[in-house]
Amino acid sequence: MSDLSWIVPLPVVIPLSAAGLALALYRRPNVQRLVSVTALSLVLAVSVTLLVLADDGPLVVDVGGWAAPVGIDLVADRLSALMLTISSAVTLCVLLYSLAQGGEDDEESAPVSIYHPTYLVLTAGVANAFLSGDLFNLYVGFEILLAASYVLITLGGTGERIRAGTIYIVVALLSSVLFLVAIAMIYAATGTVNLAQLALRLPEIDPGVRLVLQVLLLLAFAIKAAIFPLSAWLPDSYPTAPAPVTAVFAGLLTKVGVYAIIRAQTLLFPDGRLDDALLWAALATMVIGILGAVAQDDIKRLLSFTLVSHIGFMVFGIALATDLGYTAAIYYVAHHITVQTALFLVVGLVERAGGSTSLTKLGGLAKLTPVLAILFFVPAMNLAGIPPLSGFLGKVGLLEAGVQVGTPLAYVLVVGSVVTSLLTLYALVKAWNKAFWQTPSEPRPPVRLPFGMVAPTAALVAVGLLLTVAAGPLYAYTERAAVDLAERSPYVDAVLPDGERGQGVSDDVAEDEG
Amino acid sequence: MSPNIVLVVTIGVLFAAGVYLLLERSLSRVLIGVILIGNGANLLFLVAGGAAGRPPIVGATPEGQMSDPLPQAMVLTAIVITLGMTAFLLAMAYRSWQLHRHDEVQDDVEDRNIARLAAANERATTDADTEVAAETLDEEAAEARDETDEGAPARVLEGER
Repeated sequence: MSDLSWIVPLPVVIPLSAAGLALALYRRPNVQRLVSVTALSLVLAVSVTLLVLADDGPLVVDVGGWAAPVGIDLVADRLSALMLTISSAVTLCVLLYSLAQGGEDDEESAPVSIYHPTYLVLTAGVANAFLSGDLFNLYVGFEILLAASYVLITLGGTGERIRAGTIYIVVALLSSVLFLVAIAMIYAATGTVNLAQLALRLPEIDPGVRLVLQVLLLLAFAIKAAIFPLSAWLPDSYPTAPAPVTAVFAGLLTKVGVYAIIRAQTLLFPDGRLDDALLWAALATMVIGILGAVAQDDIKRLLSFTLVSHIGFMVFGIALATDLGYTAAIYYVAHHITVQTALFLVVGLVERAGGSTSLTKLGGLAKLTPVLAILFFVPAMNLAGIPPLSGFLGKVGLLEAGVQVGTPLAYVLVVGSVVTSLLTLYALVKAWNKAFWQTPSEPRPPVRLPFGMVAPTAALVAVGLLLTVAAGPLYAYTERAAVDLAERSPYVDAVLPDGERGQGVSDDVAEDEG
Repeated sequence: MSPNIVLVVTIGVLFAAGVYLLLERSLSRVLIGVILIGNGANLLFLVAGGAAGRPPIVGATPEGQMSDPLPQAMVLTAIVITLGMTAFLLAMAYRSWQLHRHDEVQDDVEDRNIARLAAANERATTDADTEVAAETLDEEAAEARDETDEGAPARVLEGER
């Protein structure tokens, strides 16, 4: 097991190196594409390997041979490996989609030469955030992916994108500063930023101070995860970016925030003093998010609001703070990444076929492109939670976890999540009726959708279906991940085997001793 | 150990001024606000590192008198990141000025649209589906039951052909 731990840093190292290579090759777009696709395929392969290996216990690497509490460590436990696998599958599909889009329409919306390096840096940042076993390295991971996302959201620099980018960037910068303040305060209180050591030391400090630290960290993560009332930036900024960029943002970036919340709540602050507050936040996120979606006319904005709303489901599972709750929440994250990304990719195709994203202007797409209708319908029903799709399984898991906890507040959340599911169904069926069944205001010429864009979308929809078919093993996996998270000792023991130091040994020291 | 009061007051002033500037509309003021808050956070790290000491170099300084090197390394990283972000925000403010001759953060048009409709108590979308075609639901259903029939939507389609 430990002899394979050298592959843990690869999901960060490969895309970063490939980004440098892609930037150097900016004059040769074809080679650039080859580099990006190869890099992300390799990352997917590594992630799947990690997924299998992490099932036997967390893999830990002390970077540069510096032992854990002082040096930076990367940890691939079940949760990290699962998130990494889903995210690398999604980023690969979106990359293929954007390649085809770049081939179809050359200018304006098409990715320019800066797109590939930036996209690779983004995936490296996401992987770094998932793998990091160190709070400050987590911050660096966030910054890597945010810096890349700033470039991607303002790609082309049109007036509309600058407007959206301004909101997005200022809010993200603010959350980064909050995160930084939280790290500084945590360091002042405990003298460490290593997650495993924090898990040992945080219970020893004053409970009041601990609560302040927890609130600060959760605030920073909640802005990134778009939890109400810190979610208003998301529907304003996401819809203007190019379709593949919106898709990957919607799928991954908020989930990195959710992942960070899971880590903080399980590893650092397991006493659960903020669980009730989180439950209320989850309820507000679900209900207010979906009410926003119902009011929208633009299909991209509608989906952005459902994105916010469904973050509430994950927070619901996390805030229940039981094994069942974490299990369902992790499964829901995996489901939601694939389904939300697929939907945004489909909307990119809808915009192509229908010439608009406004539900008033769209119409008759079911007759025009039946394939697109199927590609929209399956993930839409999946998101709404129609049995037997994975959205239904995730929601049933959450409801079960809520009922098992059985407090009045948990029951309120159960009712709230059912109402939200129904309203999601309403919003998506409305979108379906308007875009696909409504008589078009003016007849549109038939369009041929490029195969290169349809195939990755179809692949993502298929991954969503795979999550349904393979729900048994996957749910068992997330359950094992949840049990480990709640127990905490597997993570801490893997990083600090003797409770003091990690296993890293620098070559110099080894030589001196030998 | 009690922290240096001068540093703590400076941090407070930096954060207060930064928050005030962040609430401005002009992007260049927001940018200065971000810089101030970022520097406040960096100073906070220095305070978090404990009392000042001599350079933390093994061999040059006795162990008891060293300052804590870890927060300084972190501050260095944070400074570099803030520098990059500042450069990007500046570029964006300049781009905004190029496009609009000002760098003010604009409202979202779609947001205002929906707010206006809500204030006037109108529907978000108006089309054949939302218009009342018949008196009762039954009549409406009877009219729209078949696409090939003489239903309202089909007529519209034929009319255009």
